[in-house]
Amino acid sequence: MTNLVNTNINGDAVGFACEADETLLDALRNRVGLKGVKEGCGTGDCGACSVILDGTLVCSCLVLGMEVEGRTVETVEGLSNGAELHTLQSKFIEHAALQCGICTPGFLMAAKALLKNNPDPSEEEIRYALAGNLCRCTGYDKIVRAVQATAAELREA
Amino acid sequence: MRYEAPLTTPEAVELLASAKGRVHVLAGGTDLIVRMKGGFIEPDVVVDIKRIKDMHVIRKSAAGISIGAATSCGAMGKHSVLKKAWPGVVEAANLIGSDQVQGRCTMAGNLCNASPAADSVPALIAAGAQVLIVGPRGERRLPVEKLATGPGKTSLKKGELVTAIELPPRKVRSADAYLRFTPRTEMDIAVVSAAVNLTIDRKNVITDARVALGAVAIKAIRVPAAEKALIGNTLNEETLAAVAKACSAACKPIDDKRGTVEYRTRVAGVLAKRAAQAAWTRAGGKA
Repeated sequence: MTNLVNTNINGDAVGFACEADETLLDALRNRVGLKGVKEGCGTGDCGACSVILDGTLVCSCLVLGMEVEGRTVETVEGLSNGAELHTLQSKFIEHAALQCGICTPGFLMAAKALLKNNPDPSEEEIRYALAGNLCRCTGYDKIVRAVQATAAELREA
Repeated sequence: MRYEAPLTTPEAVELLASAKGRVHVLAGGTDLIVRMKGGFIEPDVVVDIKRIKDMHVIRKSAAGISIGAATSCGAMGKHSVLKKAWPGVVEAANLIGSDQVQGRCTMAGNLCNASPAADSVPALIAAGAQVLIVGPRGERRLPVEKLATGPGKTSLKKGELVTAIELPPRKVRSADAYLRFTPRTEMDIAVVSAAVNLTIDRKNVITDARVALGAVAIKAIRVPAAEKALIGNTLNEETLAAVAKACSAACKPIDDKRGTVEYRTRVAGVLAKRAAQAAWTRAGGKA
């Protein structure tokens, strides 16, 4: 049974059709066309599909599309202001914190959620906060440095 | 499949009771949706309880602390009153999965999913927690250890759902602790886990204790022999050795890739000792 879901995605009112058993991940990619959300494992282990739902970081593969009726969803597409990149995005590029890039949207959203609650995280806090995001390319050090650099710059701003 | 998101508990009960075919309650979804997508279950109806406001409330009263069934484990970790009263329960709940999972997963779901390795369950058993169950015939309460009957199975009847988990009032000079063993520090499932909740008097003698183990039997178990070893004694080497022995003796684990029978049996004793020490220190015990 197809249902209509009305929600807010990256600040815009969005309506999409959705099957009852369809995940938010599939709905975002296939119905709304937001392909920044990636599927890695589909079981909540890798974090590639991370989005922010009503201010809380979640795996969109573990949310049903129907659940977001009337809610607020933030995806990687909402990070930049037009052509102007978010500090996290600039720092990820500057620190070469990505190689293949599949995990990057998830890391960016997880890092955004972390910095909102904790503007000055320790390295250990960053590593714990990003423990739900897997990267098989970088070895994590560059990602941690990019997040530290972002935190420092945002604190000065 | 049909998706329903009722706004009240009576509506949820009505949906669960009248649903034809396979019906599942959706709380955090961190187990349910994985099982759906993996093809292990094919629900005809899913009843999402997250739109029911009461299900998100953590309430302290003379009767203790009640935690609504849809409260995420992450929200529990941000609740200072709950953390102060039941540090062991909160640390167990907060060990489940990543930040992404913490934002969604619930203790009620952890209980109803009925995995023998569920992190929050031994801590809830040690705490003496009860589940509040609502069904077509009204409300009933059940000690948490009676909810799971085996891997993936609960004693809930058709139309019933857990609406809250109730922790008793915290006594003075009393505390709990939970420890688990996993090969990785994060994102892993307990190979063995242990929870201890104890109360001590002014002379550092343990007057009350509850001990529970996870991942060493078909469900999380309470260990009365270990409780007996604690009560009436102070926490010395002899007491700890008796606790470890009782816990190892209570184990009936499986052999699998994550741990052998022998290993799990041995580690259960070690973890129970350490959990007892942590609870003792938190309760203000001095050697």
